[in-house]
Amino acid sequence: MELLYAFSVGLLTACGVYLTLRGRTFPVVLGLTLISYAVNLFLFAMGGLLPGRAPILSEVGTEYADPLPQALVLTAIVIGFAMTAFVTMLALKARAEDGHDGVDKEAPR
Amino acid sequence: MSHLLITPLLVPLLAAIGIFWMRSQPQGARRHIARALSTLSVLYLNLVALLLISAVSGGQTLSYALGDWPAPFGIVLVADRLSASLVWLTALLSLAAIAVALRGYDARGRHFHALFQLQLFGLNGAFLTGDLFNLFVFFEVLLLASYGLLLHGGGAARTRAGLHFVVLNLLGSSLFLIAAGLFYGLLGTLNMADMARLVGTVGAAERGWVAAAGLLLLTVFALKGALLPLHPWLPNAYASASLPVAVLFAVMTKVGAYAILRVETLIFGPLAGPLAGLYQPWLLPLALLTLVAGILGALSSTRLALQVAYLVVGSAGTLLTAFALDSATGLSAGLYYLPHATFAAAILFLLVESVALRRGALGDRLAPGVRVADGPILGALFFVAAVLMAGLPPLSGFIGKWLLLRAALDHAQAAWVLAVVLSTSLLAMVALARSGSLVFYRGEGGDALPKSLPALGGELLALLWLLGLALLLLVAAPAFLDFTDATALQLLDPQHYIDAVLTPHVEVP
Repeated sequence: MELLYAFSVGLLTACGVYLTLRGRTFPVVLGLTLISYAVNLFLFAMGGLLPGRAPILSEVGTEYADPLPQALVLTAIVIGFAMTAFVTMLALKARAEDGHDGVDKEAPR
Repeated sequence: MSHLLITPLLVPLLAAIGIFWMRSQPQGARRHIARALSTLSVLYLNLVALLLISAVSGGQTLSYALGDWPAPFGIVLVADRLSASLVWLTALLSLAAIAVALRGYDARGRHFHALFQLQLFGLNGAFLTGDLFNLFVFFEVLLLASYGLLLHGGGAARTRAGLHFVVLNLLGSSLFLIAAGLFYGLLGTLNMADMARLVGTVGAAERGWVAAAGLLLLTVFALKGALLPLHPWLPNAYASASLPVAVLFAVMTKVGAYAILRVETLIFGPLAGPLAGLYQPWLLPLALLTLVAGILGALSSTRLALQVAYLVVGSAGTLLTAFALDSATGLSAGLYYLPHATFAAAILFLLVESVALRRGALGDRLAPGVRVADGPILGALFFVAAVLMAGLPPLSGFIGKWLLLRAALDHAQAAWVLAVVLSTSLLAMVALARSGSLVFYRGEGGDALPKSLPALGGELLALLWLLGLALLLLVAAPAFLDFTDATALQLLDPQHYIDAVLTPHVEVP
């Protein structure tokens, strides 16, 4: 499972980096979204991938999953959502003001 | 437990919430309430910052457990000399920014005061937090507010600069999260004092991973602090920001420098065992190259605002050069240079805007043309500001650079530091002399000037306030240097910080 998980995170990041380097704003926003997905998965895995454990500390067993990465991921998701919304609006504003959706001043080919 | 530590966070946050609450009020009343709340909050912050700095000036490190959850399980706020002095610097600078904003800049867009207060909340939080993930959150708060502030006033140039700023910082945030995640996976904690305690004990197999996480953090902070390969976002963003925002942004690169200094001395400091001094081989060459890049940019600028923004990059390079020397004298020199560079940048941004308003259609372009209205007073102020920025005697910039050069003499790379700092000082002087003479001496006639010019009101007040502070830095230099020396020694003794954060709670299982 670790291998599949690591591969997924790597693939998401690679796609995200490729899209972020594009010349138009829409692929850049998509790329940023993919990178933030990859980062969330990465953070989630940092508590260890342990299936079938209790979600929090219980008196029954000593085996429990680490709740902290979940809290971190939740924070990161909220911030990521807000930022995606903001950068989308900003890209639309730039498109409306300059008449093209290039990241730089000149319109992309 | 004293609640003094959380007050610099609560005051601007509550002010921002209060301003948002006033949205149902009629337009005119809303603006007055927003202005009043914002001004009161900034004044109160100055008072709180004074109390905070007097509470830590004896060498204590104060720790505040949020919700009374014991460290390292809960989040702590920590104030030592460094944190408290940066909170104070932010408060002093925000006073100048608000004086300018009240001149009507705040009415050129929506929600200026709420965003301004949230920016102060994020800045103070970043300086005071003792938790790595919390530092990420406060970075996001201050960045979100700065995105809004950068766009304040509208216009296509601002949108374009804002887009680049936002996308770059979003990538930086992703890297920060990866670094924080790696640290948590390797050390099992995100409390910076606890990390500093544990980082020396990691096994040889995991040492490389910790180093990778640490260098990822350096990358993120280098982006905020405008260190060389990651500096190109700064000039356009700062040059296109509206005036009160540009004044406040003078402290933004210092957040990156603060974070680098904190992680360098605390987590990868003398207690880190084999990982001690992880940033050393990177920091000095990058800082010197940043200095060169900034000054070359300033020389080649065609607009005055852009030139000042490049000088900000150069001063970030100077500051990090001082921090990279990794000696008590070097840190002390850097800590003296930090407030000086902040004031100098803010003063120059204020002057650029005032001059651009008085040159008609020519604006701040570096070309001979119309005679500047109010030329004598603005020219004299520009001369003083240029002397300040270039680091010429007798003003505080000279003391900062002299201390830096003296500290560099003990360093192995002293020749490089001396050569780069001295030659870039000369070039900065040339750049400022050229633009000063172009703008103020080579003007003819005044026909193209706008008919009614705004009087030099709030801008002049803010200018005199900041010049006074820079002068105080010079007059009271012995007292300031005692303080920065003590701060440097405190930073080089991370055990004190760790004890202050963790000791009251070690008995908790």
